[in-house]
Amino acid sequence: MTDIFDILGPVMIGPSSSHTAGAVRIGLIGRTLLEGEPKHAKIGLFGSFAETGRGHGTDRAIVAGLLGFQPDFEGIPRSFEIAGERGLEFEFYTAYLRDAHPNTALLDIVSFDGETLSMTAASTGGGRIRVEKIDGIDVSFTGEENTLIVRHRDVRGRVADIAGVISATGINIADMSLCRAARGGDALEVIETDQRVPSSVREKIEGLDGILRVSYCEKKA
Amino acid sequence: MELYSVAEIIDAARRTGREFWEIVLDADIEERQVTREESISKMRGVWRAMLTSFEEYDPERRSMSGLAGGDGAKMRSFCENGSPLSGEYIQNVIAVALSVGESNACMRKIVAAPTAGACGVLPAVLVPLYRGGRASEDDIIHGLYTSAGIGAVISSRASISGAYGGCQAEIGSASAMSAGALVTVSGGGGEAVGHAAAMALKNLLGLVCDPVAGLVEVPCVKRNVVGAVNAVSCADMALAGIESRIPVDEVIDCMGEVGLRIPHELRETAMGGLAATPTGKKVAETLKPEI
Repeated sequence: MTDIFDILGPVMIGPSSSHTAGAVRIGLIGRTLLEGEPKHAKIGLFGSFAETGRGHGTDRAIVAGLLGFQPDFEGIPRSFEIAGERGLEFEFYTAYLRDAHPNTALLDIVSFDGETLSMTAASTGGGRIRVEKIDGIDVSFTGEENTLIVRHRDVRGRVADIAGVISATGINIADMSLCRAARGGDALEVIETDQRVPSSVREKIEGLDGILRVSYCEKKA
Repeated sequence: MELYSVAEIIDAARRTGREFWEIVLDADIEERQVTREESISKMRGVWRAMLTSFEEYDPERRSMSGLAGGDGAKMRSFCENGSPLSGEYIQNVIAVALSVGESNACMRKIVAAPTAGACGVLPAVLVPLYRGGRASEDDIIHGLYTSAGIGAVISSRASISGAYGGCQAEIGSASAMSAGALVTVSGGGGEAVGHAAAMALKNLLGLVCDPVAGLVEVPCVKRNVVGAVNAVSCADMALAGIESRIPVDEVIDCMGEVGLRIPHELRETAMGGLAATPTGKKVAETLKPEI
């Protein structure tokens, strides 16, 4: 059923739920998956984001999200200035993609700790988004559920091990998909859970053999 | 229950001897697994954010393009110093619709209802009732549940997105939601809610989405006014006992079908309608992206 507070909401900075509120959420999820304060961001805008993004504040909205602000943060129009104060450097370019959603952004972010993330995400309407690519691997998730993203070497048994750790703690897996770039290369697992995943469980997964990185975004209350 | 049919909500209300808005409240309690108090408190937050979106209107602000801003204050001043044709309530409805629509265009905080582009319609009809002492906060909250129920049905049977269904899906839906809300606030029953929503949506059928330069400014801000004033007239008709000859769920389905037949150029792509007029194109040209 449609959530009635998606009909009356979100409370957001205008002018557009897709071009502004959704753009903030794309920046936010990029920051969450990077797991660190971003130092540099290269931001590609595609389709309607590129055509009308500036007038909708899409650029300022993405930067606000990268800085950790929510879609109702009144300072979104000043996000470039805030980025300057916080040492976040950013550049924009017009991206050309094939078969992409018309409101798509590409983020290449580096954190102050040297972590990197390359992400493609689309703003799908009403402020909702979908992450479509992480570090070159096709994925599909919205960040509306508790979502674990586990990067690991594509070796036999790894998926079972990860699921085992999660199940052992009583957390129910709602959805799970394995995505990989090439056979035997890196694989990326997207796991949506009904319950929150505490840091202790994430650390246990990180301790498994062949795990490269674990990131997590938590469902909003 | 699922909010998939306005007629079913009306039936459920009749069967249980409850109000239309209470059926929507119950559906939210069930869907999100929250208590009655939690749901109402969240709705109160939505209402207060709507009220604030009007109260913090700044007439000096201009949008990124410079096309939107200041008209809410111009209307307010005319109401106070001029001799407007409309009565006091409608004068305020017009001024609030413009103010909130402009606040949205100027990157201020608003409540998407159902979308950001249509965010002025519900506050336009409700804020003057509340500030004029004609409705309490609880009355308004009941009205908002009614509007959310209508919006949820439209969203599941048709669409609330301009890119999908044109402006009729945004301003038209907001107008239907507002007409229903007004009936509830005025003490009308479920049947009247359905007729008001049906008439409001019928009156805006086929309205295209043709934003100049692709921005939520022209004609969006002023279409909030038409959505709001239309809602008031339809609510009054329904309260007078006037009925929509076409049942509300059929009108909603029809809006969805009309939306699919609206050409791509007239569904938020800024390729047709007012966006494609010589002036509209000139504006777009001066706003070419610098990125």
